[in-house]
Amino acid sequence: MSVQTASRPRSAGTGTSSPTRLRTTRLRSPRTARRSRRSVALTLLMGLVLLYSLAPLFWLLVNATKTQDGLLNSFGLWFGGDFALWDNIARTATYDGGIFLRWFANTVLYVVLGAGGATFLAVLGGYALAKFDFPGRKAVFAVVIGAVAIPGTALAVPTFLMFSQMGLTNTPWAVIIPSLISPFGLYLMWTFASEAIPTEIMESARIDGASEARTFFQVCLPLLTPGIVTVLLFTMVATWNNYFLPLIMLKNPDWYPLTLGLNAWNAQAATAGGEAIFNLVITGSLLTILPLIAAFLLLQSYWQSGLSAGSVKE
Amino acid sequence: MIKTLTRRGLLQSSAVAAALALGLTACGGGGNAAPQQTVNSDAVEAALQKGGKLTVWAWDQSLKKVAEGFEAKYPNVDVNLVNAGTGNDQYTALQNAVSAGSGVPDVAQIEYYALPQFALSKSLADLGQFGAADLDGTFTAGPWSSVQAQGGVYGLPMDSGPMALFYNKELFDKHGIAVPTTWDEFLEAGRALKKADPKAYIANDTGDAGFTTSMIWQAGGKPYQVDGTNVGVNFSDEGSTKFAETWQKLIDEDLLAPISSWSDEWYKGLGNGTIATLSTGAWMPGNLVSGVGDGAGKWRVAPLPQWEKGATSSSENGGSSLAIPAASSQAALAYGFLKYSNVEEGVQARIDGGAFPATSKDLASEKFQNTQFKYFGGQKANQIFAESAKNVPAGWSYLPFQVYANSIFNDTAGQAYVSGTKLKDGLTAWQKASVKYGTEQGFTVKE
Repeated sequence: MSVQTASRPRSAGTGTSSPTRLRTTRLRSPRTARRSRRSVALTLLMGLVLLYSLAPLFWLLVNATKTQDGLLNSFGLWFGGDFALWDNIARTATYDGGIFLRWFANTVLYVVLGAGGATFLAVLGGYALAKFDFPGRKAVFAVVIGAVAIPGTALAVPTFLMFSQMGLTNTPWAVIIPSLISPFGLYLMWTFASEAIPTEIMESARIDGASEARTFFQVCLPLLTPGIVTVLLFTMVATWNNYFLPLIMLKNPDWYPLTLGLNAWNAQAATAGGEAIFNLVITGSLLTILPLIAAFLLLQSYWQSGLSAGSVKE
Repeated sequence: MIKTLTRRGLLQSSAVAAALALGLTACGGGGNAAPQQTVNSDAVEAALQKGGKLTVWAWDQSLKKVAEGFEAKYPNVDVNLVNAGTGNDQYTALQNAVSAGSGVPDVAQIEYYALPQFALSKSLADLGQFGAADLDGTFTAGPWSSVQAQGGVYGLPMDSGPMALFYNKELFDKHGIAVPTTWDEFLEAGRALKKADPKAYIANDTGDAGFTTSMIWQAGGKPYQVDGTNVGVNFSDEGSTKFAETWQKLIDEDLLAPISSWSDEWYKGLGNGTIATLSTGAWMPGNLVSGVGDGAGKWRVAPLPQWEKGATSSSENGGSSLAIPAASSQAALAYGFLKYSNVEEGVQARIDGGAFPATSKDLASEKFQNTQFKYFGGQKANQIFAESAKNVPAGWSYLPFQVYANSIFNDTAGQAYVSGTKLKDGLTAWQKASVKYGTEQGFTVKE
């Protein structure tokens, strides 16, 4: 056994430092152990990076407390005289007939069905490709790798034309169905499944008389949990932030996800007769990222244990 | 977060989408010719009484009130007002829907500069079949000429943007600078202002296609000549040269604030005295009231500065029409909505909502002329705007691919604002790029 298990942050302290610790220990081999002497410099560097990544979040938090006028009159990185956070939240939720809440619900719907479905399909596919030998596996591999290389944005217009033929544009399905496919998720699950499930376990389950379904659900699925959570996080973030696909597919604001809705609010400030509501856009953005932060915090322990999969020599 | 949502980023992404969409239109072969039937006004009235469901794509918020009034007057009609995006985003969506042949709305809001593009690709119904030509004289000259193309009427003017000079009176008074009446005085005022307060700029400009073409329009330039698919692009005429020379001086002497319009910084600058003037359309007051609360009472309106002392020439900036996509199966009903909204009762509802009308009758009405603007210290600003609307030079046209042309403005002419290139050369580069694109799209383009 090596260092990993000892340093694995089971109950580890802050969420920000533990992945780093984990990663540095993983990289460390006896040959480079003397690196620890430089840790002061590394810590400083890490602090800077941390500051850099937290600054926008801080900006968002600070500015969500300002009114539209206050936003324009005060220093951006500190609180203004007015504290209008609660008022902003209330106005965000009620502006334009409360459409923000509708957008929020839409986004949740797209994430639950889209990201949930994508993860489910990726797990099934990844497991099958990793653990079963069948003709055409290499071809599938080539297709999946190729698919990872194509950005979703490039496919959006052809997808639009196809969905338009089927009469699905301007419906939630136009966003959910394309989200169900995650080549990267499939690839990740595939790699993960080949590492995390010893074929011997499956064989012994079969010898004990378990059906293939039972072997999958009761023996393999628990072993796959860290991978599943990782894929779920990836697809969740992708679906939650998805902008271009809904932009092309949806015309009706009633079906907008938050990304499109907030953009529409922002664009409103740039049209004749439109009301500038930057304060609501900012508050809305803050509210939009809260669920993602919550998901990361809740799922991080599962996720972290997944990072070390395959790092232990047997 | 707001930084990631800036207008420039949006424009870039939508430009890509627009380019894709245009490519698709070209492939589609434009087989969406309107079912040519002649319908008279009785048929429109009959359609209104019969009713149906109308899908209207528009981002203008004041149309909500119009739709309510329309539904009240014609109880059998159900208007589904959809904000399918603003400007370019909506055009992309509309092009896509037309190419795909499904999900096309019955009515679409289209800005004047973009209208010829949709008209030429036969995406819009010619409203002549409903007798729209009889409306000649109903609208002011600028908007009315803007909705005509190829000998047809492709939309009804919804609002207009006769230009005026909005200025921060408090700032001008503080430094004892006179409000400019010519562009030369504008340049002088810019110099004086910079001397008095190095943080203040006479105006903001980072390169804006709509503003540039409006200014050339006012100067009497006609860079775009359009006759069907025969197109001329030429930025070396007198009007264009006048603009380029004066603006070059403003750029060279750093008299223009490097702030893009509609950014949060812009709203800030208008409020705190960084940006002293705004030469733009008459629809601006509403945006000032809602977006620049700090400017209330400080700002005033004056006629647009002139290229020659004592002249009264003006120009249009912005403004949009309502048009009927050719693919709509309810064109008669849709025309009923257009007429209600842009000629009949809807006009007043929109004026009450802060919009600036395009109808001559409403512009001349006493109530409109005597409206006092609290924001402008009680000034009767509509008198200036209405006068401006009358003085827009005739004969201006936009390119039938103006949406694309505008999207590449900043890569060509706009470079003068950020690098050492000259505005005049930039305009030539813009001309070349427009010609190249037009030729690729199958137009006969000459420089």
